Amino acid sequence: MHKTHFWQGARTGLVVGLSTAPFGLLFGAVAVDGGVSPLEATMMSGIIFAGASQLVGVKLFGTDVPAWLVVLSVFAVNFRHILYSAALTPHLDDKNLTSKAGIFFFLTDPQFAEAMKQVDRTGRLETGWYLGVAAIIYLLWVLSSALGAVFGSLIGDPVALGVDVLLPVYFLGLVLGFRRRPLFGLVVPVSAAASIIAMHVVGSPWHVSLGALAGIVTALIAHRPPPAAAEREVR
Amino acid sequence: MDRLTDLHTALVILAAGLATYLTRIGGYLLVSRMARIPPRMETALNAVPAAVLTTLVAPAFYDGGLDVKIAMAVAVLVGLRWQGFALIAAGWGTAMVLRHLILA
Repeated sequence: MHKTHFWQGARTGLVVGLSTAPFGLLFGAVAVDGGVSPLEATMMSGIIFAGASQLVGVKLFGTDVPAWLVVLSVFAVNFRHILYSAALTPHLDDKNLTSKAGIFFFLTDPQFAEAMKQVDRTGRLETGWYLGVAAIIYLLWVLSSALGAVFGSLIGDPVALGVDVLLPVYFLGLVLGFRRRPLFGLVVPVSAAASIIAMHVVGSPWHVSLGALAGIVTALIAHRPPPAAAEREVR
Repeated sequence: MDRLTDLHTALVILAAGLATYLTRIGGYLLVSRMARIPPRMETALNAVPAAVLTTLVAPAFYDGGLDVKIAMAVAVLVGLRWQGFALIAAGWGTAMVLRHLILA
């Protein structure tokens, strides 16, 4: 692991971490408001480390839903990460099993987006750089959740503060980061339409998997074999 | 603060963490078994970022009010030129101005 790479990654992670901190604060506040203790809210951020599913978990904690159903719901909301880890794998240089195990623990939405953009920019993915991004995002996520849990009652109405707009706008920025990839102009409208339809017909969180599947299948249909069908080896 | 945690809640959080980790390593377990990635599969994997991240945005636009729709449109325009904080600030700022000054 290269120290310079780590600190370069940390700089990228700082921008991401500061952008996601409002959601950490919000999560902590919502969790405590729903009857979860501040320590539990912080544990959720440190152990689950997946914002949307944590909010779902907190909502279910407040009901009589059995434990296995809470776990299954969290799994369903996080199902998209299977696609992330599949897409990340061909770019992993690191053969060390321990660092691989760590790399995948930190595979959040922005982490994945930043890693893929780094691959697009430099053609490779340094473990040090990746962990630098991850460390800052993780620290700021856990810290902001804890602060939100303890001082959550000081946060005003989230809608008046515009917190509800932050998340879609943030993910919008992540999507735009891939606009130079082939088939972007085809995949995005298909996934968008499919996810909206699935949201209203099947419901959340299945709109994510179904919408993503529609976009990926579209890419497969549009796929044209390259002139020299050079297959890439898994490293 | 009347309690820190109880064993049951802590175990559910641990199990949820484990379930999440399974999703984060699942794709690796599938793909790393393959000796080679065929070009068709590579096309599919290349589509993953746009395909998945779009589903986290589109329903919010569709179901959002006029303020959210305009804010996201402004964010797209700004995002074509600048990324990161600028894009977020533009979208958030637009929503705040619409909410508190214009549509209020």
